[in-house]
Amino acid sequence: MMTKWVRHLREGIRNVIRNGWMSFAALSAVIVTLAVLGFSLILTFNVQQMSTSVANQLEFSAFLDVNASNQIGQQVADQIRQMPDVSSVQVISKNEGMAEMKKELGSEMSDVLNAFKQNPLPIQLVVKPKDPHEITAVADQVKLIHGIAAVRDPHQLASAIFRTLDVIRDVGVVFVVALLITSMFLISNTIRITIFSRRREIEIMKLVGATNWFIRWPFIVEGMLIGFFGSIIPVALLAVGYRSLYAHAKGQFSGLAFPLVPAGTLTIKLAVILVAIGLVIGLWGGTMSVRKFLRV
Amino acid sequence: MIEMQDVWKEYPNGTQALNGISVHIQKGEFVYVVGPSGAGKSTFIKLMYREVRPTKGHIFVNGFNIERLKDRKIPLLRRSIGVVFQDFKLLPKLTAAENVAFALEVIGLSPRQIRKRVADVLAQVGLEDKMNMLPSQLSGGEQQRVAVARSLANNPAVIIADEPTGNLDPDTSWGIMRLFQRINDRGTTIVMATHNREIVNSMRRRVIAIEQGTIVRDEQRGNYGYDD
Repeated sequence: MMTKWVRHLREGIRNVIRNGWMSFAALSAVIVTLAVLGFSLILTFNVQQMSTSVANQLEFSAFLDVNASNQIGQQVADQIRQMPDVSSVQVISKNEGMAEMKKELGSEMSDVLNAFKQNPLPIQLVVKPKDPHEITAVADQVKLIHGIAAVRDPHQLASAIFRTLDVIRDVGVVFVVALLITSMFLISNTIRITIFSRRREIEIMKLVGATNWFIRWPFIVEGMLIGFFGSIIPVALLAVGYRSLYAHAKGQFSGLAFPLVPAGTLTIKLAVILVAIGLVIGLWGGTMSVRKFLRV
Repeated sequence: MIEMQDVWKEYPNGTQALNGISVHIQKGEFVYVVGPSGAGKSTFIKLMYREVRPTKGHIFVNGFNIERLKDRKIPLLRRSIGVVFQDFKLLPKLTAAENVAFALEVIGLSPRQIRKRVADVLAQVGLEDKMNMLPSQLSGGEQQRVAVARSLANNPAVIIADEPTGNLDPDTSWGIMRLFQRINDRGTTIVMATHNREIVNSMRRRVIAIEQGTIVRDEQRGNYGYDD
């Protein structure tokens, strides 16, 4: 039993070496496609991270009546907190609001504000929905609560951000899928060429009484070896490249305040995905390459 | 050993290869199958190792019922038979020893058993000195000896040969024939399709002549009987 598996492994490795040029062609096809795929995955991961970080910052303000007391403010805030779609509510009292406004306007203009006998600012509630996509719906619900005088409509900003992010994500998905299909075709073509030289080999195997699985295994090992090395190489290249880029950009998109995905996390994700795809492609290619000729 | 009862074979393209053949071959026999090209000799041979299936009729080889044989049992049938071809069918990238070893790996022998058996059968065909050569480094006769060694490796009860001397010069052909003779002397049944009139006539073994898919002659100690 053991010797059989050792044999399949040994034969698989030997096949890769014996069919040197064909292995090289298939390996190159896998490397190139997985490198491009990996590159677009890196972009996708970062855009995804950016979009969640943008979305998580989405919140809207609701204002109470100017005469409402801080106590009422807290009551209304608690009421909003109990809504199932709300993640958090921050209460900005009249005084806090004034302090903030003074800070924003600067010392000269603050004299103007001091002229008011009464604080003219209403209590402000900063509401953050659990799901950023639901922000408009939550705002509509908050509008109906007794004591709320006004809600600053978050609709336009939110929908603009989401539209952009959705487009970026959709383009990424289409690109990745297109690449996967291309790589499948490239590899299947390479294998189709190699099969021809293997025809005889398989025919002879069958004639001396090899079972289908006995014939299949070395081909599968061969395909998976090519898939494995074809994925390890782009993973290594992309990881090294990204690491230096990450260090160079100090972990942020240049000019934007969004953090890049950390190099370590990204390398692991990329390695898992690309190696898995490489192995699947190899498995598929190895199986396909013998399938047709096993019906002797 | 080998039994055919009213066997018919029609290929999907409509070619009628065999028309109701019945034959019985006993253990230890040496049988020549002769006949003009396209008479159905190859089909007759291929039926025995289930390369083709009969359209109608019953075939038994080494206790295997060919018509009822499940696909996954075919390997077992083939391991009990040695097959030798006109074009040798060696793997070009494997050495002589590796080509023989291949047939033994298939049945799951240990590497040690394989080495011993390979050396043994290559010695039987007189190639112990050339076991590490590639087929391209061997002459036609030597390549066919490797193929014979491979067919012997599993110690089969029957060896089936389809024009084994078809690509060889007369002297070399005689060498191969003597090899088959020796194998037969030890009790292995041999069924051989051939066009080699000289060899058939001088060996005087059982001759089955096939013409247009029918057995027209079946003689013990027969001769070739064609002028070509």
